[in-house]
Amino acid sequence: MKSLLLGSAALALSATFALADTVRLGTEGAYPPYNFINDAGEVDGFERELGDELCKRAELTCEWVTNDWDSIIPNLLSGNYDAIIAGMSITDERKEVVAFTEGYTQPSPSAYAALSEGVDVTSSVVAAQAGTIQAAHVAESGATLVEFPTPDETIAAVNSGETDVVMADKDFLAPIVESSDLVFLGDVYLGGGIGMAFRQSDDEMRGKFNAAIASMKEDGSLNDMLEKWEIEGQF
Amino acid sequence: MRAIPRQKTRPAIFSYCSDPAILEGFQWLSCYLTTGKHMGFYLSFGTVLLLLAITAPLALAFGFFGASAARSRIAPLAIFGKGYIAIVRGVPDIAFFLFFVIALDQGIEWLRHKVKCSDWDEPIRQGNDFVVCQIAKMPLNDSPQWVHEAYGFSLAVLTFAIVFGAFAANVLFGAMRAVPRAQIETAEAYGMSPRQSFWRVLVPQMWVYALPGLSNLWMVLIKATPLLFLLGVEDIVYWARELGGSKTERFTDFPHGDWRMWYFLALLIFYLAFTKVSELVLTRISRRLSKGQATLAGEAQRKEPGTAAEATT
Repeated sequence: MKSLLLGSAALALSATFALADTVRLGTEGAYPPYNFINDAGEVDGFERELGDELCKRAELTCEWVTNDWDSIIPNLLSGNYDAIIAGMSITDERKEVVAFTEGYTQPSPSAYAALSEGVDVTSSVVAAQAGTIQAAHVAESGATLVEFPTPDETIAAVNSGETDVVMADKDFLAPIVESSDLVFLGDVYLGGGIGMAFRQSDDEMRGKFNAAIASMKEDGSLNDMLEKWEIEGQF
Repeated sequence: MRAIPRQKTRPAIFSYCSDPAILEGFQWLSCYLTTGKHMGFYLSFGTVLLLLAITAPLALAFGFFGASAARSRIAPLAIFGKGYIAIVRGVPDIAFFLFFVIALDQGIEWLRHKVKCSDWDEPIRQGNDFVVCQIAKMPLNDSPQWVHEAYGFSLAVLTFAIVFGAFAANVLFGAMRAVPRAQIETAEAYGMSPRQSFWRVLVPQMWVYALPGLSNLWMVLIKATPLLFLLGVEDIVYWARELGGSKTERFTDFPHGDWRMWYFLALLIFYLAFTKVSELVLTRISRRLSKGQATLAGEAQRKEPGTAAEATT
């Protein structure tokens, strides 16, 4: 009986080890500075650095996977990867299907940008990425919303005159505005910060990442990282 | 703005690529076109060609079995064959790709779960989540990324084969009926069994009737490969969009504007060249298959002076 108990305990232990072995992190790879594909063809950015550090602290092996933004939540739910770390703002709507960690950025400003100043953002044509909090905001604001599958296409749309204005996270727009003819029109605070998303049945792993995020907030390393990648807001 | 220190992991093929900011013209371009990211783009051409090379014969096999089943005298087999052709041809490709692949993937994991983790007491469906035990995952969570990619690729090949197999089945079904009845009658007169007349007379002769339909399918298949990205395989269209998007100097050594047009132009040339080569090959095959056939093309070949002697040998 004892050996049987020991045996099953060992089995349970090895099962948790197998569980802890590799965590697959899903990201979009098209949203600098949060995540993008660098010149070498690898996932890079604030979230790459953050994710690697979190995995180190939680003593997990992590593997990066890129996925289309449109299907990023369905693929998490069907188990193709274990977590989303893709600049995803924490909203009540998303909380109904996935479970978030605590935020690793402050609620950050979204911004409107256009080729010239003085465009009325509540009555013009605004580009936003489909399935984002910005798209939801534009739809409610009374402006005409034009959705695109990738962030890059929203920029291309406003540059080509297809839309009058683009709306996205300010941290994403800032380097683009700096190096092009676009100008900022104004900020709006949306969402409750950015967090990692897990399957709702995966509380154990979410707990580990929550602990790792908390420890990074405590020792200030998260603030250093936010500053390095020029993302607004500190903890 | 302060540039973000980036690791220079790029294996510089040309020694002068270490600081692209000071380069110009041809040198800049040669460095730009040999980044690791571009290598991924070039590799994806191989992925697409490999997919076509595996899918085409597989789809043809599915089509052949579908058509044979549909004209079978055994009722359940005929119903199965006709059902396959009708259902798959009727469902939009994109819906099939989204539904079937997820269903297949979850079906495989469910089966493995039942076999390997029979003592699991939690439900598999928890709200929105599909949860199976770790060792039932397909592929395993800790297997390297290339295994995941190979698995996705295989799912893609199978899905393409099923979809295009249904169309091919319909083409072959028609081709089998187009073979002149007199040919089969002659075979029967020689005392061949239905099986013998099918394999020795019908099948060799049907290809020439099937070829126009099959060549259409091949052309459509070539252009359907962007559906790969729905299955998580990074194909040429994904890379062209990713590489062509405008880049600011903060995140790359090679900042540029919106260059998607040029990348898509390259894809256009690739697809045109590929279809042109296909056309040449298909014309040759068609000539070959017409030889000695009781069709207009076969008759024309028989009357050609050069080939008449060949036909008699």
